[in-house]
Amino acid sequence: MNRSDFPVLARAGQHYLDNAAMAQCPVQVVRAVMAHEGDGRANIRRGLYALARRADEAYDHARERVAVFLGAEAGEVVFTGGCTQALNLAARALSRRLGPGDEVVTSRLEHHSSCLPWMALAAEKGFALRWLEVTAEGRLDLSNLDAVITPRCKVVAVTHASNVTGAVSDIPRLAEAAHGVGALLLVDGAQMVPHGAVHPRALGADLYAFAGHKVYGPTGIGVLWGQREVLAELEPVSWGGGMVDAVEEKACDWAEPPFRFEAGTPPVAQAVGLATALDWVGSHDWEALATRQATVTRLLLEGLREVPGLRLIGPAGLEDRVPVVSFVIPGFHPHDLAHLLAERGVAVRGGHHCARPLMAALGLAEGSLRVSLAPYNDRTDIEALLSALDHALKVLG
Amino acid sequence: MTEDIYQQAVKDLATRASGAGRLDAPDAGAVLDNPLCGDRVALEIGLAGGKVARLAHGTTGCLLCRAAASAMAERAVGMEGAAAAALAGEMAAMLKQGAEPPFPAAAAFLAVQGHKSRHNCVLLPFKALAKALIPPPG
Repeated sequence: MNRSDFPVLARAGQHYLDNAAMAQCPVQVVRAVMAHEGDGRANIRRGLYALARRADEAYDHARERVAVFLGAEAGEVVFTGGCTQALNLAARALSRRLGPGDEVVTSRLEHHSSCLPWMALAAEKGFALRWLEVTAEGRLDLSNLDAVITPRCKVVAVTHASNVTGAVSDIPRLAEAAHGVGALLLVDGAQMVPHGAVHPRALGADLYAFAGHKVYGPTGIGVLWGQREVLAELEPVSWGGGMVDAVEEKACDWAEPPFRFEAGTPPVAQAVGLATALDWVGSHDWEALATRQATVTRLLLEGLREVPGLRLIGPAGLEDRVPVVSFVIPGFHPHDLAHLLAERGVAVRGGHHCARPLMAALGLAEGSLRVSLAPYNDRTDIEALLSALDHALKVLG
Repeated sequence: MTEDIYQQAVKDLATRASGAGRLDAPDAGAVLDNPLCGDRVALEIGLAGGKVARLAHGTTGCLLCRAAASAMAERAVGMEGAAAAALAGEMAAMLKQGAEPPFPAAAAFLAVQGHKSRHNCVLLPFKALAKALIPPPG
């Protein structure tokens, strides 16, 4: 991992620790997007001229590269405008077949992008929404899985890794439970993909979503991966150019997946940027990076444990987690702390993290402070955070 | 310096928590949230002759919001709707345009002028007061 690939990190006195919100782009990604927009830009799947053919090739090649990262086929990769759009697409498409008497299972651990679509659709379609609870450690509570995922369950929608607690969910076990009752498993992988290649089919997922901007890629791009046979059964949820093979007044023949779900001009340059980002991720020795990242995470956890009154929100150790660490300090509001840290060049996030059900489950009415690491973070970032936190507590005390 | 927004006068207001609590049989009220940071002001008012006679608030949120709620509560008794709306506007003008503090205790928040993302933390209680006193159209 070459920190110089990230010019923004070279700014003196700046410590970027908000990677769960958005990761930084390496220059390779920035150059790829600029190169496409500067020298390869044309609409795709429409033109016959050379520039259009080059754009087609770039977009198709981007899809193939994403597929390689996922251990998947290109036809299973749907480009969307982001993870939120991918999860909404999946929920909307799956819910067409749902109604009264059906159940969907989600969890209190979810980001709003994962649970709100199901909450809204349950009200619209009349199916029941059931919830997996969380443990005090901020993990999915799987102790009563069989009671929650019943034969009426049609979809299980869960996160692969929490954007608040960092806990990694046991996707294979959830897949087994879902498939055991004939349900599909939809996984929000936004916080997992930044930490190495993910093979959703091998995990047992039926649908898997993630965002480009969290995996060192551009904004405005995300992916919904789906097993070929699952995508084939889904109807489109938005309509326009590029997703239809034939149009008659009373009927249309939709294009095959993935194009069926990509109405309109897609984010072509962003797809090129995402593919470059995933190539960049795949080019690293993630075993070595994980070891290094664990060292930095351990420094963070040990340092936070020294702060009087601090309560960690999430696993206390390094197992089955991503490097997302949240905490509260009673008597000190996360927003006040985040502001004072920011003035010392430390970028973290204070608030509810778009996870209100989790905040309610864990009794965190005021939210929490969240530190989220990427492989380019190091000891100096942690030292700066701990020093700034100490200063903030003195100011507010 | 950012530390100035947390000067002792602000911390004292927050610690005093003037008006914190609930009212028996309020005549009016308002609940306002700041979705950016999770601040919430739940305000209850007892009226006499259309003016604030009693006031209580439940405020959860950052130190600035809690301090502002305390300052608002110390100012609000005797106010009617137009005055409350004007006060909210004057607080906004102080923060956003550098206008003079509309009352002495408001000067504690002058340092927040330079921190646009925190303006709504201070303004939320004053907006809640105006909302509670001014009925919606129709």
